[in-house]
Amino acid sequence: MIRLTDVQRAFRVGDDDVHALRGVSLDIANGEYVSVMGPSGSGKSTLLNIIGLLDRPTSGVYELDGEDVTSLTEKRAARVRREKIGFVFQFFHLVPRLTATENVELPLMLAGVPSDERAPVVSGLLREFGIAHRARHRPDQLSGGERQRVAIARAMVMKPGAILADEPTGNLDQSTGKDVMQLLEALNARGVALILVTHDPLLGARASRQIRMVDGQIA
Amino acid sequence: MKAIDVVRFAWRSLTAYRSRTLLIVLAMSIGVGAVVVLTSLGEGARRYVRNQFSQLGTNIIIVFPGHSETYGGSGGMISGRTPRDLTLDDALALRRVRGVKHVVPLNIVAGEVWWNGRHRDVPVEGSSDELALLWRLKMAQGQFLPPMDARRAASVCVIGWRVRDELFGTQSAIGELVRIGDRRFRVIGVLQQQGEFLGLDIDELTIIPIASAQAVFNLHSLLRIALEADRREDVDAVKRDAARVLRERHEGEEDVTILTEDAVTSAFDRIFTALTLALGGIASVSLGVAGILIMNVMLIAVTQRTSEIGLLKAIGATPQQIRAAFFVEAAMLSGAGGIAGLVIGQLGSWGVRQAYPSLPAFAPMWAVIAAFVIAIVTGVAFCVLPARRASQLDAALALARR
Repeated sequence: MIRLTDVQRAFRVGDDDVHALRGVSLDIANGEYVSVMGPSGSGKSTLLNIIGLLDRPTSGVYELDGEDVTSLTEKRAARVRREKIGFVFQFFHLVPRLTATENVELPLMLAGVPSDERAPVVSGLLREFGIAHRARHRPDQLSGGERQRVAIARAMVMKPGAILADEPTGNLDQSTGKDVMQLLEALNARGVALILVTHDPLLGARASRQIRMVDGQIA
Repeated sequence: MKAIDVVRFAWRSLTAYRSRTLLIVLAMSIGVGAVVVLTSLGEGARRYVRNQFSQLGTNIIIVFPGHSETYGGSGGMISGRTPRDLTLDDALALRRVRGVKHVVPLNIVAGEVWWNGRHRDVPVEGSSDELALLWRLKMAQGQFLPPMDARRAASVCVIGWRVRDELFGTQSAIGELVRIGDRRFRVIGVLQQQGEFLGLDIDELTIIPIASAQAVFNLHSLLRIALEADRREDVDAVKRDAARVLRERHEGEEDVTILTEDAVTSAFDRIFTALTLALGGIASVSLGVAGILIMNVMLIAVTQRTSEIGLLKAIGATPQQIRAAFFVEAAMLSGAGGIAGLVIGQLGSWGVRQAYPSLPAFAPMWAVIAAFVIAIVTGVAFCVLPARRASQLDAALALARR
């Protein structure tokens, strides 16, 4: 499903070239559960951004579902992100002025799905994730765990093939974090590929496949 | 993304940042309101002048002595000519022009009116009975100058309201003899109080027959001759024929200026329309200022919402969608400001009308529409930069920040 071939990513910081990724090749199959670990600055986030089409490789090839997506236009990339990838972030990134329901329906809205078709999808997801009673609350009225559930619902609303989670429990206490992980893993069990970036070795160990990044390369 | 969703999304951010929204709407509404009020002032002045002229009657033609023309070169002093005077005989000759209803010779001289040891400095007007018809003069007491041969220097006069008040106080003026210059005139009428008309205070006026005025003040020429045509269609023909008659009388020289009331009114119309445009232009500077304010606020919004924009990109918003969201937000802001401004402007010009009832201060429709359209266009135009900045934002970087 995801195939990276000799992907390099270099940034220019002042006069220096910083190599965030130095020739990464990686295959992730449909429905796989992969954790990406490594110290900060090792290139984990850059890797995740490239997989999520938020960033582009300086060189190398990225194929997603057999299609070369290395150099899509911004508009095409947005479409692919919308349809094939769900993001879950450490800081939730919910829109503060919108209710839980409205946050979850954002991707559907961007996709041009009419309002009456969005409603059943969104309320179904909220019920499934146990936050139906919080549907009309704004993020600042929700607990951390509830916020992350809303964020996961938002990531799932377009039924993507893969979820990219960047430290999804980094901002939660241990038991809430565990609940969130169970939710993500349940989704994975239903066939959604889960790519988890973390520097928590215990969390990373739960994945069926573990990738260690060191200095821009897979160790 | 459905249009209704774009609007709803923008609406949510307008209501979420309420004080910011109110401030921009206020700024924009002041700009629009200023345009409406100032153009209504200009338009009011235009209508005021137009009303004044319409009191004159519509088919008026005015003959002035002199004709602006350039003579000779730099030696103008030598080759220039003095224009021939306009005389009472000229006026009488114009009576023969076809289609003329009234011919009114006019002279106005600063004079003194004496009665019983008291006197008052007033403009003394020499004219004829038809002046009352031309100027729509109404009598408070007595009668106006009677119809008579214009060459007859009858010793009667008609006085204005204030002249009567000041000279006679509570006594009756009708039938009294007043002295103007070295002659005595019998007061046969008092004009109704009617204030200023074309810059002349009617209430201060004393009117005597034209021939009497020529004799008392030792005049040979007329200030001007006013003609009224029978019908509107005749105005041009009368003007042409009058010019021909006067040319013949003046040995073939075009030495008079003939204006139709139409030409004068439309000249004033043009002047005041230009004034209104200028006022509107000045006021629209404030619209520009409001536009810059919107740009600033939107730039701040882009910074404030960096992570939100990053998120929108991550969940599949295209750069076009992000631009659209900002544009719609700006358009709604300036649209709301525009509507509020129209309300403010209409209230303002209503206030002006209350304060100065003689000034019909109504904003012209074109100014109202232009102010509203300019408000929205500036709002959106000044949003180009912020919207572009938002759409070009690096999502990965935006999401890395908390």
